[in-house]
Amino acid sequence: MSESVEKVWERKDLLGIRDLDIWEIELILDTAESFLEISKRDIKKVPTLRGKTVITVFYEASTRTRVSFELAAKRLSADTVNISASTSSAKKGETLIDTARNLEAMAPDAIIMRHPIPGSSDLLGRHVRSSIINAGDGAHEHPTQALLDAMTIRQVKGGIAGLNISIIGDITHSRVARSNIYCLTKLGANVTIAGPATMIPTRVEEMGVRVVRTVREAIRDADVIMMLRIQRERQGKVLFPSDRDYARFFGLNLENMEEAKDDVTIMHPGPINRGVEISPEVADGPFSVILEQVTNGVAVRMAILYLLIGKGGSDEAAA
Amino acid sequence: MKLLLKGGTVVDPGGGQSGPADVLIENGVISDVLSPGAGPKDADVIDVSKMTIIPGVIDIHTHLREPGFEYKETVASGTRAAAAGGVTSVACMANTDPVNDNGQITEYILEKAETTGVVRVYPVGAVSRGLSGEVLAEIGELAAAGVCALSDDGHVISNSDLMRRGMEYAVTFDLPVISHSEDMSLVADGVMNEGFVSTELGLPANPPQAEEIMIFRDVTLAQLTGARLHVAHISTAGGVEVIRRAKERGVAVTAETCPHYFTLTDDAVRTFDTNTKVNPPLRSEEDRRAVIEGLKDGTIDVIASDHAPHDIVEKAVEFSYAASGISGLETLLSLSLQLVRDGEMTLFDVVEKLTIAPARTLGLAGGTLATGVPADLTIVDTGEDWTVDPRAFFSKGKNSPFAGRSVPGRVKMTIVAGSIVYREGAIV
Ligand SMILES: [Zn+2]
Repeated sequence: MSESVEKVWERKDLLGIRDLDIWEIELILDTAESFLEISKRDIKKVPTLRGKTVITVFYEASTRTRVSFELAAKRLSADTVNISASTSSAKKGETLIDTARNLEAMAPDAIIMRHPIPGSSDLLGRHVRSSIINAGDGAHEHPTQALLDAMTIRQVKGGIAGLNISIIGDITHSRVARSNIYCLTKLGANVTIAGPATMIPTRVEEMGVRVVRTVREAIRDADVIMMLRIQRERQGKVLFPSDRDYARFFGLNLENMEEAKDDVTIMHPGPINRGVEISPEVADGPFSVILEQVTNGVAVRMAILYLLIGKGGSDEAAA
Repeated sequence: MKLLLKGGTVVDPGGGQSGPADVLIENGVISDVLSPGAGPKDADVIDVSKMTIIPGVIDIHTHLREPGFEYKETVASGTRAAAAGGVTSVACMANTDPVNDNGQITEYILEKAETTGVVRVYPVGAVSRGLSGEVLAEIGELAAAGVCALSDDGHVISNSDLMRRGMEYAVTFDLPVISHSEDMSLVADGVMNEGFVSTELGLPANPPQAEEIMIFRDVTLAQLTGARLHVAHISTAGGVEVIRRAKERGVAVTAETCPHYFTLTDDAVRTFDTNTKVNPPLRSEEDRRAVIEGLKDGTIDVIASDHAPHDIVEKAVEFSYAASGISGLETLLSLSLQLVRDGEMTLFDVVEKLTIAPARTLGLAGGTLATGVPADLTIVDTGEDWTVDPRAFFSKGKNSPFAGRSVPGRVKMTIVAGSIVYREGAIV
């Protein structure tokens, strides 16, 4: 990180990676590194966000992500409230904007939202003063996932620039893929994507990635392989014929892993469909950093909360 | 009563004339287009110096929403929006509630137009009952009640046999069939154009081929049935090409596009502004260029607004949940004149797409300033620019992606049947 450049974090919201500058990404990752240690303490808590209120609103069930955000907030001493919302309430006449205004009347400092529709966190950010953290908006962005992935790769590989990173699976429906493509290409990685053509979005090359037709090609020169979760609930029936067919031709298993580099790193945003996108032997094997990803997730989310709403608070975090 | 519009420049593609001239109106009809200063001394004179006089704009694709959706628009508010936009005639689509699939509804709309409207209203009847796409509407009854065309617009007639039968039946009554051409199985849950922007945004998208495939089907059925087919709101390069080929083969097909398809691309969706959500969706730059080329070479005959007003609550939601459509009557003329400003087309050619071409397409009166024709005129200052402010729209629909845009051509006066209905910002 360059010491000479004086740049100040001024964002109100974290909506996606696309709009972040490289220095912002690096600032988040560096801040997260400094928070990592807190989670290793006996008493996993610092007073940084004491008196601040953080609300999580999840229109889609995702215990893992929600708990990760909640732990992050709690370890910084923020008060947290969880709200499970349902998009069917939208059809009952309660709009997202109404919900947001009601939430804001409770004066939270940050609202963390997951929502099935792309752009919904942008919409929210335009209508409330609280900081909005996008915890996944449909197939659009999932910025904290990409940041925790980048953090994990940095730890394992010592850096990101110049690495060959392959993302394999349903790119079309994956917010994880999009945020990672933005993040990793900004940080100088060579990103390759692969999957059935039914899951490769139109003109995706223009995002600065290489598209290959087979998983073997994607595996061959990769320093990092990122497998995506098959999201059956987001797909029509025609995107792939069966789990069996998918597992055989697009899954990661011991057989095609023979093509991989000796020091390859395997990642997955979880939860895994064991035996479909990734075989158990590979998921639990020596190259997998799936659990490190989870650990880093809490630190990255602490960093985001600190940067968005912790300014003017205690400086203990940076110590 | 004689009224003389004096000192202006007449642009009348229907009459093949363009240049300085005075227009004399007597008893609601055009009585003469004269050399400057040659008019009678006993006429009431309106000074239109530096203004352009064109035949009243005819918009063959509007949604007036009445009956059933009066909170979005009424015949009264929609025709006022038309007048403010320099539009003197509108053809209104059948997707009301109840649907305009029988003579009583047609009569109701005509009655509303008579009592509350300020411009001419030509109802379009449904092809299928309830826009179900399953059984034919009472097309004969609709024709007798006075519809100008048939269309399930807003819905797609996916059943090819029904489309064929609708076209065949329409021939008997000499009604054109207007097609909203989208292959719905390919559209699926798409809410924007499939392309690089949808890839970045992760919004479900539909490919331009969805339009192209259905236009191909419909021109093929027009060939089979001998019906007059009019293809609504062309948005794709592929669609333009299919129509170009069909016209070369002599198929009786006409086509329209809308200002948003030659003004915007799917890049505008990046903001997730739901006012950019339209159906068919905003396409790529390549498609936009092809639409302009189609206008230039005559493949696309008409510019229409596809005026689709919505209440704010239907747009102030997540993009996928938002209603599709743009409140377009008040920006139709100015966005079209931008083509002239950009050097893409001549004023004469743009005015043709807005006046005589739509009149011919649906067989409507007007569209020209010939002697004896009802005196529907639009007086516009093509040199005056204005900034679009949807809050000031006469339409109840404030849903415009053009808010804040500076556009050329201020409508100064709109005249229907010799009476001024709009003048300088006010309905008269
Ligand atoms: Zn339509």
